[in-house]
This record gives sequence, structure tokens and C-alpha cells, in this order.
Amino acid sequence: MDEFFAMSGYAEYVWPSLALAVGALLLNVWLARRAVALAERDARRRLETTS
Amino acid sequence: MGWAWFHRFGSPPWIYGFSRRWAPWFGGLAALGILVALYGGLVLAPADYQQKDAFRIVYVHAPSAMLSLAIYATMAIAAAVGLIWRIKVAHAAAAACAPIGAWFTAVTLGTGMLWGKPMWGTYWAWDPRLTSELVLLFLYFGYMGLRAAIEDPQKADKASAVLAVVGVVNVPIIRFSVDWWNSLHQPATRLLGESDMDWAMKWPLLLMFLAFMLYFGAVMLVRLRAELLRRERNASWVREVLRG
Repeated sequence: MDEFFAMSGYAEYVWPSLALAVGALLLNVWLARRAVALAERDARRRLETTS
Repeated sequence: MGWAWFHRFGSPPWIYGFSRRWAPWFGGLAALGILVALYGGLVLAPADYQQKDAFRIVYVHAPSAMLSLAIYATMAIAAAVGLIWRIKVAHAAAAACAPIGAWFTAVTLGTGMLWGKPMWGTYWAWDPRLTSELVLLFLYFGYMGLRAAIEDPQKADKASAVLAVVGVVNVPIIRFSVDWWNSLHQPATRLLGESDMDWAMKWPLLLMFLAFMLYFGAVMLVRLRAELLRRERNASWVREVLRG
């Protein structure tokens, strides 16, 4: 297990790369869902004030 | 078969429903594919005889780089369709692509730097491949900045679409930079056809490419929904969607 995490001495490059990529994958899902939630909230508000 | 299918893509309520139905499937398959490919790439694939375990950065670097280019091409095509046929959904699709593309360009540059340091001895060099990828990041920023700066949505669509279409010239430059000029960067990873890559190393990469494309499909469809709601907030279909 230690050997796996050591990445034959390249741990300081391999793990931050993975963290960056996986972080961006998760963040983009969150950002997209938040954009929809905000747009829905605005559209709903508009609907309530106009009807 | 006529052109009915094509016209459906121009219909905001149809696209909105399509996104709600299919984005979860794309996203679920992408998540599964990414997890399996990560296991294959980090655990099952043997270490490279030259680069040892540092080569494993390829499993996130190359798919991110592919996305950074594929998303730009998608954005430019959508923008061109929007300009030529004046289709609102196409402009919305182009706008939905930009932030995702910018993120994956940043991931490409970041993981590339982390790979360059141990292999080339430097995080950054003004090399054709690296420089043109950096220009891609600025093109995404320029596109988003231009949209944000123009108040009128139709004018913003038009102006930003022109920028997206003109900037597409950078895509083949990035793609072929390693063939046209002397570059520090290794040539493109050959995956299909004749390839010198061992199958145990190759399948996780192939799977990761596929999963990243599905991921982009899912996230882009969700962002497109937000774009459509913002543009069409006075339309009757939006009322029905929000009540239903």
C-alpha cells in the first residue's frame, strides 16, 4: 500500500494532478447544478410577480 | 426522414426536456467509466519503463486536453450555427460550453506542468504546444468576458459567436503543434490502429476519453438548461415547466 502511494517517487506530482482533475470534475457538476437552481429561482420569482 | 429532427434541436422546450431526461444517464455512465478507468490506470496498469509511475498523469492529462479542444470545437460550431441560422438554442449551447472548456483547459495546463517538472525539469516552457494551449485558455476567457460585458443578450450572442468562430483556428494549431514544430511535448498519444502502447495501459485511457466525453455531455446539458431558462423566462413553456 505504501508503495502504491509512493508512486515510485513521483507522488508529489501524480497525486496533485489527480486531485486537480477530480476536483475540477466535481466542481463543474456543482457549478452547473447551481446555475440551474439560480435560473429556476429567478424564473419562479418573475412568474410570481407577473401573474 | 425529413428535417423534423433538426428543427427539434432548435426548440427550447424540446431541448429542455431532452436535457432533463438524458443528463442523468450521461452523468451516471461518465461517473462509472471514470471510476473504472482510474482503477485501471492507477492500479492495474504496469508502470512505464522510462517514466515509472509518473506516466499515470496521462490518465487525467490527455482526456482533459482532448476535452479542452473538443469543447472549443463544439462551441465554435454551435456559435456558427447560431450566426448563420439565427437559432437561439445554438447560441445558448455555445454559452453553456465556455466555462466547462475553460476549466478543462486549466486542468490540462496544471496537470501538464506537474508532469513537465519531473520529466523535463521545468514546470513551464514557451513551447508551441504549451503556448497554444495557454492561448486557448485566453480565448475562453475572452469569450466569457465579452458575453458578460454586453448587456443586450442578442448582441452578446452575435459578438461572442464571431470571436468563437475566429478563434477556432487555434484548435488545429494545438493539435498539430507537436508535428509542425520542434516541441518538448511528446507526440499525440496514438490509441487506435497501430500503437506501441500495451493494452493494459491503453484500455483505461480509452475508457477515460469516452467517460470524459459523456461527462461533458451531461454537464453541458445541465448548463444549457440554465441558459434556456434565463433567455426564455417570459415564454409559456417555462411557466408550464416550473408549475409541473
